[in-house]
Amino acid sequence: MSVRVQSDPFDPGQELSQFSQLVTGAGAIVTFTGVVRDEDGSLDHMLIEHYPAMTGPAIEAIETQAVSRWDLQASLVIHRYGTLAPGDHIMMVATVSRHRANAFSAAEFLMDYLKSRAPFWKKEFTADGASWVAAKDKDEDALKRW
Amino acid sequence: MIDVVYFAWVRERIGVPKETLDTTAQTVAQLIEELKAREERYALAFADISALRVAVDQELSTFDAPLAGVREVAFFPPMTGG
Repeated sequence: MSVRVQSDPFDPGQELSQFSQLVTGAGAIVTFTGVVRDEDGSLDHMLIEHYPAMTGPAIEAIETQAVSRWDLQASLVIHRYGTLAPGDHIMMVATVSRHRANAFSAAEFLMDYLKSRAPFWKKEFTADGASWVAAKDKDEDALKRW
Repeated sequence: MIDVVYFAWVRERIGVPKETLDTTAQTVAQLIEELKAREERYALAFADISALRVAVDQELSTFDAPLAGVREVAFFPPMTGG
């Protein structure tokens, strides 16, 4: 189980390759990579703020739940903060289990919880100015299925 | 004494990321009332607490949480990670 909160960019391919070497006898590895989206071509950059004293422990708590609930052999969460441009990788989740169903479910669970329970806030900067991204009701609703 | 930290637009409205306060508040809600009475910028930031979340000693909490023994309270909008 590992958590990395960093401002530096990361290479998802390289992360997967290193991560797979740590795991032996696993049947399934699922990864998800989140990318900065530019809805209508107007986004210049995004600033991600976080709560350093809380971020690591909050993600670890979410990951611990995922590991025990889906009997994961390993898991990885990387989440960036700071300035990001459209197309940049924001975050990555990897889950390892004996069978794919558990690895997929655990990855979705992690994503749903990271969206609404990990202390990050996004601010978007466009030619028209800057605005904080509002949390969506559907993201909060997504937690109910777990 | 208690450390109070703010994030995102709450930080911007209040104008500081962190402050140490001398308070007699027994709960988070009382702390908010105390701050609102203090200055306009707090009243603006805390005008609609349904738009806010609170963490007590780095754990997500509720507005009725007691402050006895607490070292840090954080106020912020709903999180937008992922």
